[in-house]
Amino acid sequence: MTWALLLEQTLNGFQLGVLLFLLAAGLTLVFGIMDLVNLAHGSLYMAGAFFCATFTDWTDSFILGVLLALPATLLLGIVVEMIALRTLYARDHLDQVLATFGIILFFNELARIVWGPEGLVIPLPGWLDGNIEIMADVFYPTFRILIIAVGLLVALGLYVLVAKTRIGMLIRAGASDRDMVGVLGVNVKMLFTLIFGLGAALAGLAGMMAGPIIEVNIGMGEEILILAFVVIVIGGIGSIRGAFVAALIVGLIDTMGRSFLDLLLKTLISGNAAETAAPALSAMLVYILMATVLFFRPQGLFAPRSG
Amino acid sequence: MTFSRRTIFIALFLAGLALLPVALADQPFYVGLLSRAMILSIAAISLNLLLGYGNMISFGHAVYIGIGAYSVGIFAYYEIYDGFIQWPVGLAVSALVALLFGAISLRTKGVYFIMITLALAQMLYFLGVSVDEYGADDGLVIDVRSEFAGLIDLEEGIALYYVIFFFLLLTIFIVHKLVHSRFGIVLRGAKSNEARLLALGFPVYRYKLMGFVIAGVICGLAGLLLGNFTNFVNPDMMHWTRSGELIFMVVLGGLGSLFGPVLGAFAFLLLEEILSDFTIHWQIIFGPFLILAVLFLRGGINSLLGSRSDG
Repeated sequence: MTWALLLEQTLNGFQLGVLLFLLAAGLTLVFGIMDLVNLAHGSLYMAGAFFCATFTDWTDSFILGVLLALPATLLLGIVVEMIALRTLYARDHLDQVLATFGIILFFNELARIVWGPEGLVIPLPGWLDGNIEIMADVFYPTFRILIIAVGLLVALGLYVLVAKTRIGMLIRAGASDRDMVGVLGVNVKMLFTLIFGLGAALAGLAGMMAGPIIEVNIGMGEEILILAFVVIVIGGIGSIRGAFVAALIVGLIDTMGRSFLDLLLKTLISGNAAETAAPALSAMLVYILMATVLFFRPQGLFAPRSG
Repeated sequence: MTFSRRTIFIALFLAGLALLPVALADQPFYVGLLSRAMILSIAAISLNLLLGYGNMISFGHAVYIGIGAYSVGIFAYYEIYDGFIQWPVGLAVSALVALLFGAISLRTKGVYFIMITLALAQMLYFLGVSVDEYGADDGLVIDVRSEFAGLIDLEEGIALYYVIFFFLLLTIFIVHKLVHSRFGIVLRGAKSNEARLLALGFPVYRYKLMGFVIAGVICGLAGLLLGNFTNFVNPDMMHWTRSGELIFMVVLGGLGSLFGPVLGAFAFLLLEEILSDFTIHWQIIFGPFLILAVLFLRGGINSLLGSRSDG
């Protein structure tokens, strides 16, 4: 039984990890290439979830809902970039922080007006709603397996895109020297818009995947955004590989801490004290991890420019 | 002796704050609103020390408000109401946390610094949410305000108002002295050219850390006042959106000006009051306003008072 629980929590950790990766991948690209601090990335995550809820409701199909919500989020990302963010690239970080904070307030309130203050539920089709037997007598929700699979596929797709295609070459070139790329005749403006749209779609996808598990609600983006920040800080800003590794580490540690820390503590201190300390400590675990990593490597594990 | 437009305006503003409670004695709502604005002014002034003078974009400043308020709340929970215990402990814990957070985050720069201060603050927010003993999400009710051996009775709204006013003046005075001291000059020098100061042999890291701790302590003071004023404390006071609002107050008022953050805090609360009277969806106006203010209001409200002086 304990081994089954351990396996289940490991898978849960992976599942949180790939969700964080979907968010962090776009975030780290935007930071790395455009040097833009975008707090509103969480709003795109929220938008993806709300779009998916609505489209699923219209079409009666979760899969169609996702397929419609993806381009919708992509489009939203492109519109936001063209209207608001484009003027911010040349500004300093403080201005970017504030302006994107304003975007969060705007989108939260807009979502409240359009979808109301209550949360929404995304219903899953029958074939996704069950459990599958992953080992003898060990069952795990099918949908969570799907999330892990989607996350890994996206990671693979991003790797191929960045490492093997012309667009990817431009992305890498943009990350190391954006002025030079512009001088060489690449339409940098267009490249930025495209990358931002891609990041938005990935964040939206994360929201769509999270939607059926947690409730779709206003402010859902803000909580996970901070975790995504932790991920890209640990991984090294601008590094997709770093974001992937760090996302899995953070997902696993957070999940494991919440499930097993009280058991671990009980072997060390009295049961009562452990029960008080464990939730507090497990809530802080990933941040302690971040502080530790930064203490030894201020540029993160995989800082792209320093090798 | 001639006074600039700015000096006259500030003098009138402060005189107004000193006299208004007399005129508004039967209007507790307005006295309360002004009290809140002054508390947030103290917090914004301390943040400006980092943002405006030290070029440290700290995105976790609200944490010290939480520490101050929880210092009142947790002691009150154990029925210890003595302000001579609550306040020194609150300020000391603020200093300690600022020292620790500063030591970690100041090892990094730029975007990293922003996100680390944000994440560390969020860590304490989650700590507050997860400790059931102290009310978790709901926080603690502070049924009795800090007692100072009968010297002053904070249960009186007007008395509390003048205590807050006193600390606002004190904060302005201290920050003014600080900014023009050797310490402040090094801090501002590091903002414009850190490499040069390092080359001159200044231990810039230590100066910045010192600034970080001082700002934390002053903001902790704002938290002690806020806990007393609102009669409760909850983790939401430490949420990162609260830190974002503080940053907005500083920028709206005028980055790197002594009195700007006060104007920013007052303008922020006023705007919030007016807009939320107008529609419950006030944030849909407030958000774009924020963006436009960032894009077009360079120098903040402070710059509207005439050309920039050093103060």
